[in-house]
Amino acid sequence: MSKQPKFSPAPTPETQHYWDGTKRGELLIQQCDACASYYFPPRPFCPKCASRKVSVKKSSGKAFLYSYVISHQLRAGQEPFAIAVVELEEGPRMMTNIIGCPQTPEALQLDMALEVTFEEWDENITLPKFKPAKS
Amino acid sequence: MKSKSIAIVGAAETTKLGVIPDMSEIMLHADAALNALADAGLKPSDIDGVATAGLWPTDLAYYLGITPTWADGTLVGGCSFMLHVRHAAAAINEGLCNTVLITHGESGRSRIGAAGFPGGGRQSLLAQFEQPYGIMGPTTMFTIPALRYLKKYNVHLDKLANVAVVQREWAAKNPRATNRELITLKDVYESRMIAWPFTKLMCCLVTDGGGALILTTAERAKDMPQKPVYIVGTGESVETPLVSQMEDFTTSKAFRVSGKKAFEEAGITHADVDHLMIYDAFAHLPIYGLEDLGFCQRGEGGDFIWERNTAPGGKLPVNTNGGGLSYMHSGMYGMYALQESVRQVRGTAAAQVPNVKLSIAHGVGGMFAASGTIIMSNEAP
Repeated sequence: MSKQPKFSPAPTPETQHYWDGTKRGELLIQQCDACASYYFPPRPFCPKCASRKVSVKKSSGKAFLYSYVISHQLRAGQEPFAIAVVELEEGPRMMTNIIGCPQTPEALQLDMALEVTFEEWDENITLPKFKPAKS
Repeated sequence: MKSKSIAIVGAAETTKLGVIPDMSEIMLHADAALNALADAGLKPSDIDGVATAGLWPTDLAYYLGITPTWADGTLVGGCSFMLHVRHAAAAINEGLCNTVLITHGESGRSRIGAAGFPGGGRQSLLAQFEQPYGIMGPTTMFTIPALRYLKKYNVHLDKLANVAVVQREWAAKNPRATNRELITLKDVYESRMIAWPFTKLMCCLVTDGGGALILTTAERAKDMPQKPVYIVGTGESVETPLVSQMEDFTTSKAFRVSGKKAFEEAGITHADVDHLMIYDAFAHLPIYGLEDLGFCQRGEGGDFIWERNTAPGGKLPVNTNGGGLSYMHSGMYGMYALQESVRQVRGTAAAQVPNVKLSIAHGVGGMFAASGTIIMSNEAP
């Protein structure tokens, strides 16, 4: 997709580790030490059982395409692009873009295997994105 | 709530709907409120409870000269007004106030004195975990779950597009509807692509308008000028502000929880329902609503509409004003769904369904983020 306008998400104390991770090329999710659930987005307690004993884990980065639209609501210079939700191998889902393939219904099949990649947004923020997995 | 303890005794929309560049947002609230007060034969000094969304209840009370003993500013998106009805019913039953005014006003198109959408700025969950991926408002968020639904139940896209076609049939019968010309599936597909697979005619309108309701005890309602519309069941719930974090993209948890609660309170079965409003910000909403409220089996909502059950003459008329797709959609449409349910139960709708005794107005807030359900009846307790 084309260059985005100057909008930049800003980390909070609860999400800083996640954004530090993406900058290093790691997709970090969290796992509850008590009930073993993986969850996203980050927070320092488990949304399933409320335990504060949680660990940061590096996701395998493997995912499948859960659902998406191809946005035609574009800013100047953009071509239609997919806004997708992927399901990580560990279970949590996240919004993302699918890159490295045509932004068409034919190329973007639900359940297709994906893998994480990283795209610099600006000097502070690197975004996790997904591309078709090498088979 | 106690079923039939509370009644709607005043209901009205703004004098005009559609494009209203000569009214600010607060005046749209006031215009609707004055119309509802006239409908109920009341003055602002008769109101002792206020509820509204977007606008603060302080602004509403001040602007209309009301001194309330109860105020509610619950804001969970377009179904906020369903929640206000529920909260008002509880407040009146608890003796916190006697007569509640609920208003909506939104300069959705003209943006005159418009509040805009609240948000948490660059550090909000939305800003960090969805906004960077190019979302441009509801058209590119609310629509994302639909593809998963279509795949899971092997539903053809025609079933989604057809929702817009059928609702236009209802709009054609409503002089106040924004778009009234009948349309075909071809028209839907050939309208501008917004967020594939959604074209413009599968997305709601963006218009100006407002609406207001007045509630009091069922006991007092007997002496009021309008035929009372009794509240028989109410429900509400919320799920997540992030559409990407919905538990299941093929069903709304908030819909299920809210709907179940309202049905339980009302003590009714689906066969008792004569008329149904399902907030349709986009074409998949009525399908999700029919299934999550239990009117259809999973995956069969689109067929139910295709087979004309919800169309004029069908066994379960749905979105009889034309819905957000064709009637109007200011941004928080829930108020207009409530207004149409009131009209159908009173017997005064433009496209009146014969003998409506029981109507449900089911709302959504945010992108499947919240839900409210109100069941109304014209039968006295």
